[in-house]
Amino acid sequence: MSTASSTTLDTVANDRAQPDAAKAARRAVLRRRGAVWAARVGFAVVVLGGWELAARANLIDAFFYGQPSGIWKSLINLFRNGTEFGSIYANIWVTMQEALIGFAIGAVAGVIVGVALGQSRFLADVLGPYIKIVNAIPRIVLGSIFIVAFGIGTLPKILLAAVLVFFVVFFNAFQGVREVDRNILANAKVLGASRLQVTRHVIVPSALTWIIASLHSAFGFAIVGALVGEVLGAQQGLGLIIKNAQNQFDPNTVFAAMFLISALVLVAEWLIGKLEHWLLSWRPAAPSEASNAI
Amino acid sequence: MADANNGRIEIESVTKRFLTPGGEVFTAISDVSFTVEPGQFCAVVGPTGCGKSTTLGMVSGLDRPSEGTVKVGGKVVDGITDGVSFMFQADALLPWKTVLANVALGPVFKGAGKAEAQARARDWLRRVGLAGFEDRYPHQLSGGMRKRVAMAAALINEPKILMMDEPFGALDVQTKAIMSNELLGLWEQSRPAVLFITHDLDEAVALADRVVVMTSSPGTVKAVYDIDLPRPRGSVQEIRFEPRFLELQHQIWDTLREEVERAYARTAGGPVTEGKAA
Repeated sequence: MSTASSTTLDTVANDRAQPDAAKAARRAVLRRRGAVWAARVGFAVVVLGGWELAARANLIDAFFYGQPSGIWKSLINLFRNGTEFGSIYANIWVTMQEALIGFAIGAVAGVIVGVALGQSRFLADVLGPYIKIVNAIPRIVLGSIFIVAFGIGTLPKILLAAVLVFFVVFFNAFQGVREVDRNILANAKVLGASRLQVTRHVIVPSALTWIIASLHSAFGFAIVGALVGEVLGAQQGLGLIIKNAQNQFDPNTVFAAMFLISALVLVAEWLIGKLEHWLLSWRPAAPSEASNAI
Repeated sequence: MADANNGRIEIESVTKRFLTPGGEVFTAISDVSFTVEPGQFCAVVGPTGCGKSTTLGMVSGLDRPSEGTVKVGGKVVDGITDGVSFMFQADALLPWKTVLANVALGPVFKGAGKAEAQARARDWLRRVGLAGFEDRYPHQLSGGMRKRVAMAAALINEPKILMMDEPFGALDVQTKAIMSNELLGLWEQSRPAVLFITHDLDEAVALADRVVVMTSSPGTVKAVYDIDLPRPRGSVQEIRFEPRFLELQHQIWDTLREEVERAYARTAGGPVTEGKAA
C-alpha cells in the first residue's frame, strides 16, 4: 500500500506541468490518512473509556468484568513483581516456545503430507475418509490425553499445538496442489521433468500461495494449543497465569494476559506477513494495493 | 535428427472415449488416421469440440488412445514422447519464475547445469527479440511478449515435434499476424514437425503444408489437403491475397462450413446462420 501510493505520488509530483494539482493531491491523501487515524484513536477511547466509566458508575460489576485501569495495574504488576511461577518474561518465553515449536512441526508435517496426498489420487482416496473423521474430532480434547501420557512439561503443549496447526496447513496444502494449473503441469511433463522436478518447480511453488495463507490462521491455533495445554496442567506459562487468576477471581489479570498474548500474535502475524511478501514477491500487486485514486 | 524418420507422426485408427461424470461414455474422437511427415507443418482445423486437443494429448503421451495406435518416429507412444514441445492458448509459463528461468526450464529438466541452461535461455530470448527482459516476471509482459517467451521455452530443447494448441487464439489480430510470421521464421531454422491446432482457417492455410479438417462429436477426419504454396511464405498478411491461397481457402472452407454449422446448431440449439469461423 505504502509503496504503491508513494510511487503514484512521485509520478504526480514529477509532472511539472501541474505542480498545484500535485500538491493538492498530496494534501488530499494526507488529510484522509489523518482522518482515519483520528477515527481509530477515537474508537479506542470510546470503547475503553466507556468500559472504565461504566465500571466506575457500577453499571457493570468490575469484580466480574474487570476495568481498563485495573488491567493496566495488573500488567504493571506482572512485569514489576512477576508471578508465583517466576518472572513474566520466563512465562511468556515458555508459552512462545511451545507455540513456535508446535507451529513448526505442524506446518512442516502439514505441507509434506498435503503435497504428498495432493499428488497421489490413490493415497488421497484411501486416506480421505480417515482424515475427515480425525478432522471432525474436537482435537482440543486431545490435550487431556497428551497431559495424561506425557505429564505437565512442555511436550504435551507442543504436541497439541502441532496437531491443531497440522490440519489447517494440511488442508490448504492439499487444496493448493489440486489447484495447480493443468496446462503448466502438462507443459513441465512434456519438457521432460521428472516427478521430483515437477514437485519442486511447479507444484510446491504453486501451492505456496495457499500454504502461506493458512500460516496466518495456523499461528493463532498454535497459541490456542499452547494455552489450552497450560490451562489443563502446567508448571509455567501464560495459560497457567490465566487459570490461576481465574481461581482467584481476578478478571483484570486474565485480561492482562489476554492482551499480552494478542500482542505476541500480532508480532508473529507481522513476521509471517514479511515471509509472505518475500516468498511471493513474484506476484503482481493486488488491485486493492495497486491504485490510489485521488 | 540422426534418424530421418525421427519426427514422423503416424496416427492410426485412433478412438478415444471418456466416461462422463454422469456415467455415460463420450466418444471424443473416432477412427482418426493421418500422418505428419518429419519437418512438415500440419494444421488441424475443425469446429469446437471435435477432439483436436485430445489428439495432441495422445501424440505427446499425456493421454492414451482407447483404440488404435499413435506412433512417433516409428515407435508406439508409451509414456511421455521424447523430443516433443507444447504450446497452449493459455500461458503455460510459471508465474513465480523470471522469464530467463522459465525458458531455462527445458534444459534444466533434461539435466543441464544451471549456467549452461541460462546461457542457452539467454540465446533463445535474444532470438525471439526479448534480450533485456530476462529478469522480468511473466505478468509484467504483454500478451505477445509472453507468447514469445513460450515459443523460446518450447523450442530451446530443439524438439523434433512442436505441438501447438490454438497458440495465438487469445491474441488480437495484429499481434497474431506478427507472432505467426515469427513462428514461421523460427520454424524454418530448425524445421521440427508441427502439429498446429486452430479454428482459424486462414491461419491454417497461411502457415501449413497440410491441413486436416475434422468433424465434430465424435471427431473424425473429414478431409486432408496439401497446401502447395511455396516456401518461404513471407508475410502471412500478404499471402492472403494470393490467388492460390484464396482458391485453397475456398475449397477447404466448403468442406469445413458444413461441420461448423452442424456444431453450431448443436450448441446453439437453433436455426443455423452463416458460419462464424474463417
